[in-house]
Amino acid sequence: MLSQDNTHSDYLDSILSRHQHNTHNLLQMLREAQEHYGYIHSEAIDYLAQQLQSPRSMIEGVASFYSLLYLQPQGDYRVLFSDNITDRMLGNIDLMESMCGQLWVEVGKVSEDGLVSINTTSCTGMCDQGPAVLINNIAINHLTQDRINSLCELIRERVPLSGWPLEFFAIEDNIYKKDILLDSNFKSGSALAEVLKRSSEETLQEIKTSKLRGRGGAGYLTGSKWEFCRIAVSEQHYVVCNADEGEPGTFKDRVLLNTYADMVFEGMTICAHVINAKKGFIYLRGEYRYLLDHLNAILQRRRQQGLLGNNIFGHANFNFDIEIHLGAGAYICGEESALIESLEGKRGTPRNRPPFPVTSGYLNQPTVVNNVETFCAASLIGLHGGAWYADVGIETSSGTKILSVSGDCARPGLYEYPFGVTVAQVLADCGAKNTQAVQISGPSGICIAANEFERRIAFDDLPTAGAFMVFDESRDMFEVARNFVHFFKHESCGFCTPCRVGTSLLSNMMNKLANGHGSPYDFTEIEKLNVLLLSTSHCGLGHSACNPVLDTIAKFRPAYDKRLTHKEYIPAFDLDYALSQARQMTGRDDTGAHLERIHVSK
Amino acid sequence: MSQNNKTPHNKNQATFILDGKTIPFTEGQTIIQAAMASGEYIPHLCFNPEFKPHGSCKICTVTANGRQAASCTQQTQADMVVESNTKPINDERRALLQMLFVEGNHFCPSCEKSGDCQLQATAYELNMMSPHFDHFSPDRPLDSSHAEYLLDYNRCILCSLCARASSDVDGKNVFSLAGRGIKTHLIVNAKSGKLADTDFTGDDKAAHVCPVGVIIKKRVGFAVPIGKRSFDEHPISATPHPKVRDV
Ligand SMILES: Cc1cc2nc3c(=O)[nH]c(=O)nc-3n(C[C@H](O)[C@H](O)[C@H](O)COP(=O)(O)O)c2cc1C
Ligand code: SF4
Ligand code: SF4
Ligand code: FES
Repeated sequence: MLSQDNTHSDYLDSILSRHQHNTHNLLQMLREAQEHYGYIHSEAIDYLAQQLQSPRSMIEGVASFYSLLYLQPQGDYRVLFSDNITDRMLGNIDLMESMCGQLWVEVGKVSEDGLVSINTTSCTGMCDQGPAVLINNIAINHLTQDRINSLCELIRERVPLSGWPLEFFAIEDNIYKKDILLDSNFKSGSALAEVLKRSSEETLQEIKTSKLRGRGGAGYLTGSKWEFCRIAVSEQHYVVCNADEGEPGTFKDRVLLNTYADMVFEGMTICAHVINAKKGFIYLRGEYRYLLDHLNAILQRRRQQGLLGNNIFGHANFNFDIEIHLGAGAYICGEESALIESLEGKRGTPRNRPPFPVTSGYLNQPTVVNNVETFCAASLIGLHGGAWYADVGIETSSGTKILSVSGDCARPGLYEYPFGVTVAQVLADCGAKNTQAVQISGPSGICIAANEFERRIAFDDLPTAGAFMVFDESRDMFEVARNFVHFFKHESCGFCTPCRVGTSLLSNMMNKLANGHGSPYDFTEIEKLNVLLLSTSHCGLGHSACNPVLDTIAKFRPAYDKRLTHKEYIPAFDLDYALSQARQMTGRDDTGAHLERIHVSK
Repeated sequence: MSQNNKTPHNKNQATFILDGKTIPFTEGQTIIQAAMASGEYIPHLCFNPEFKPHGSCKICTVTANGRQAASCTQQTQADMVVESNTKPINDERRALLQMLFVEGNHFCPSCEKSGDCQLQATAYELNMMSPHFDHFSPDRPLDSSHAEYLLDYNRCILCSLCARASSDVDGKNVFSLAGRGIKTHLIVNAKSGKLADTDFTGDDKAAHVCPVGVIIKKRVGFAVPIGKRSFDEHPISATPHPKVRDV
C-alpha cells in the first residue's frame, strides 16, 4: 500500500508547519505522521531529520520508546486487546484467539496479506466496560463473541472504520455515585468569576485552606505546589494537566474529560492565574485519542466565551491558553518528570530530581503538574472557597475521591465519596459478592484481603489514585499478581538497571512459579529483589514493581503454595521444555522424546 | 558565600562525611565528584568525571543522611553523612552488577577489553563470584561494517557515555538509546543501522569512553597481553579511569 513516489513531503510538510518545525512537538508529529501509513516509514524519519535538523537516531530513539508508534509495517487494521487483569477475567484471551483464528493471524504478527495485526496492550482505561480493544487507536468495548465475529467480518470486508456501526464505538460514563464534584452542575466560567473577584494571593490561600492534596497518587499538597511554582522567579510558568491515566484499573479521568471537561480547564486556568502562567498543556494518553476532537471543541468554545485567550474575563494581562498533547502508549509518562520530557518531544525517561518541576519543569521553567481530578477540585474550591471544601471528608484528607470500580461486582463504574469511606461500603454499593481481595490504586498500590475491608480510603490509611479492582473468591490471586508484574516489565522505561533488569527477572520468576518450577527459595529471591528495587530504582515505577507479588504472597499464600512442587531450588532453564520445540518439529511425542514430564506452561 | 569557600583545604571549606572521613566539596558538586576529587573511590559505571552525570546504572548508590541515592547525581550538602563502603550497600551493588552481566552476553575470556573493562574490574572489586541470576542471553548481532571499529552490542550496559561523548564533545550524535524497558538498545545514526554509514571516526571522543567492550578498535587484537592491563596492575578502586588505550 506504499506509494511509489517516495515523497513523504506530501503529508509531512503540513504536519511540520502545523508544529512550527519545533522538535518539542516531535512526538505529536510522529503520531500524526503515522496516521498516513499506519506506521512511521523509514524515509519519513529521514525527511523529518532533515527538516528538523536533528539526528535520525534521536528521532528513532523517540519513536521506538512509545508502544503505540511503529517503525515496521502493521496491518491495515491494528487491533490491540487491552490486557489488564479485569479484561482477562472477562475472557479477553479467548476472544483474541478467536479473532486470530478467524483472520488467520498470530498474536504479535501481521497477517500475510497485510490486512490485520493483533496484539495485546496495557490497560486501555475501559475496565468498567471490558473486554476492550483499540482498533487503529479507536476504542471498542463490551466485546462478546458476537461482537468479535462482526468485527472480523468488517475487517475481512475491508470496511473503513468510519463505516462501522456507531454502537461499537459507544463509551459509557457509568457514574453510580455522585458527590460534590460529579454532582456539581458546574457552569463554565462560574469559578473563574469568583476567583477574579479576589487577588491571586487570596486564591492561593483558598487552595491552601482547602487542604487539597493531589489526586494522581502521591498526594502532595496542591497549595504548596502552586506556591513553590508561583515564587519561582522566571519569565515563563506552565500549567500541565496529567491525563496520562495509565495505572491499570483507573478510568475516572476519562469520564471527567468526557463529561466534566469545563471543570478541568477552569481549574487549570485558576492555577494559571495563581502561578502567572500563559500556557497550559493537557497530556492526554494516546489510548484516549477519541476524546481529542471533543476536548478541542470545548477549548474553542471557551476561547469564544472569553475564558481562554487574551484578557480572560476582561482582565487585562490575564492571558492563558491550553494545548493538548497526546501520548503514545507509555505508562511511565504519567510520572511527572517523564511526562515533561515527553511533552518536550523526547523519550519518556524520568529526570534526576531535584530540581523538581515546580522550579524546573517544561523547558526548565517552573511548572505545576496536577492530575485531572485535582484541577476539578480546584474549580470547586474557586467557586465555593477553601473552608467549604475542607469541611468535606476527614481531618487528614479533605474533600472527595472518585473511585474507578471494576472487576467482580454488579455495577462497575465511578463512585465518588467523601474521604474516609470504608472498603466494605464501596463493595456494598457496587454490588460485590464473596469478595476475596481488592486491589487499591492499581498494581502500584496495595492488595487488601477480606479482614482489611473496614479500612478507609484516606491519605493516612489507603491512599489511592482511584483504581478499585474487586476479586471474588473464584479468582486466582497468583495470576492477578503475575498480570501486574508483566505490566511493570512491559512499562519499565529501561533507564535504570534495577528496574529494567529487575522487572524482567521478577516476571521470569513468576512464570517459573506458574510453570510449576518454583521453590520456597524463589520467595526469598523476590524479597531481595524488592529491597533492591525499592532502594536503588530511579522512580516510583521501580519502587512499586514488587508490591503485587509481596502483597499476594503475604495475604494469599495458598495461591502460591499450590504451585510449589519443589522444596529445593531448581533453575528456571528447563531442558525438557527447551526440547519441546524439537519435539514439535520432528513430530515426536513418545516417552523417549521427553526428559521428565509433560509441562503445563503457556 | 565568600570566594574563600571555593579554595580547597581552606578551614572554612564546606565538608561532608564519607565513611567516617571528612571530605571537602565545592558548591554544586555531586557526592561522587567531591569524593573522587579527594581520591576516594565510589564504585560507578555510567559516571565519568568528564561528562554530565547520567544516574542510570545505580552502581554508585550510597546512603546520604540515611536515604539511598545515586552519588553521581546527588548534590553534596554541608555536613551530610554519606555511607558507601558498607556490606549492605556493596551487596546491592553486587546484585546490580549481576543484573548487568545476565542482561547482556559477557564472555570475558574472549573479550578484547578484558582487564581494561570497568564492569569486570568493578565485579572483582566487589567480589562478585557468580552471575547469580539466570542469563537472558539476548540476540545482539555485531556490527563490523566500519573499517576501523567494531561494535559488539553484546556487552552494552546502556550507560549512554558514547552518546553523551558524541553529542556533547564531538557534536555528532552518532549514538542514541532506542526502544524501551528490557528492549532498550543502542543505535547509530544511520538508516542502515550500520556504523560505517555514520560520520564516526577513531578520533571521536565517543570512540574512547565505553566502560565495557562494545566500541572496539579493529586489528589491534590483544596488543597488550592479558595480565598487563590496567585493572590487572591496579584494582579499579585505585585507578577508576586509567589512561585510555586503544582497544
Ligand atoms: C510510574 C508513575 C506513573 C504515574 N502516573 C500518573 C498518572 O497517570 N496520572 C497522574 O495524575 N499522576 C501519575 N503519577 C503521579 C505524578 O508523578 C504526579 O505526582 C501527579 O501527576 C501530580 O499531580 P497531583 O498532585 O494532582 O496528584 C505517576 C507516578 C508514577 C511514579
Ligand atoms: S525505575 Fe523503571 S521506570 Fe523508573 S527510571 Fe528506572 S527503569 Fe525507568
Ligand atoms: S556502547 Fe559502551 S558507552 Fe555506549 S552505551 Fe553501551 S556500554 Fe555505554
Ligand atoms: S555511576 Fe551513578 S548511576 Fe551510574
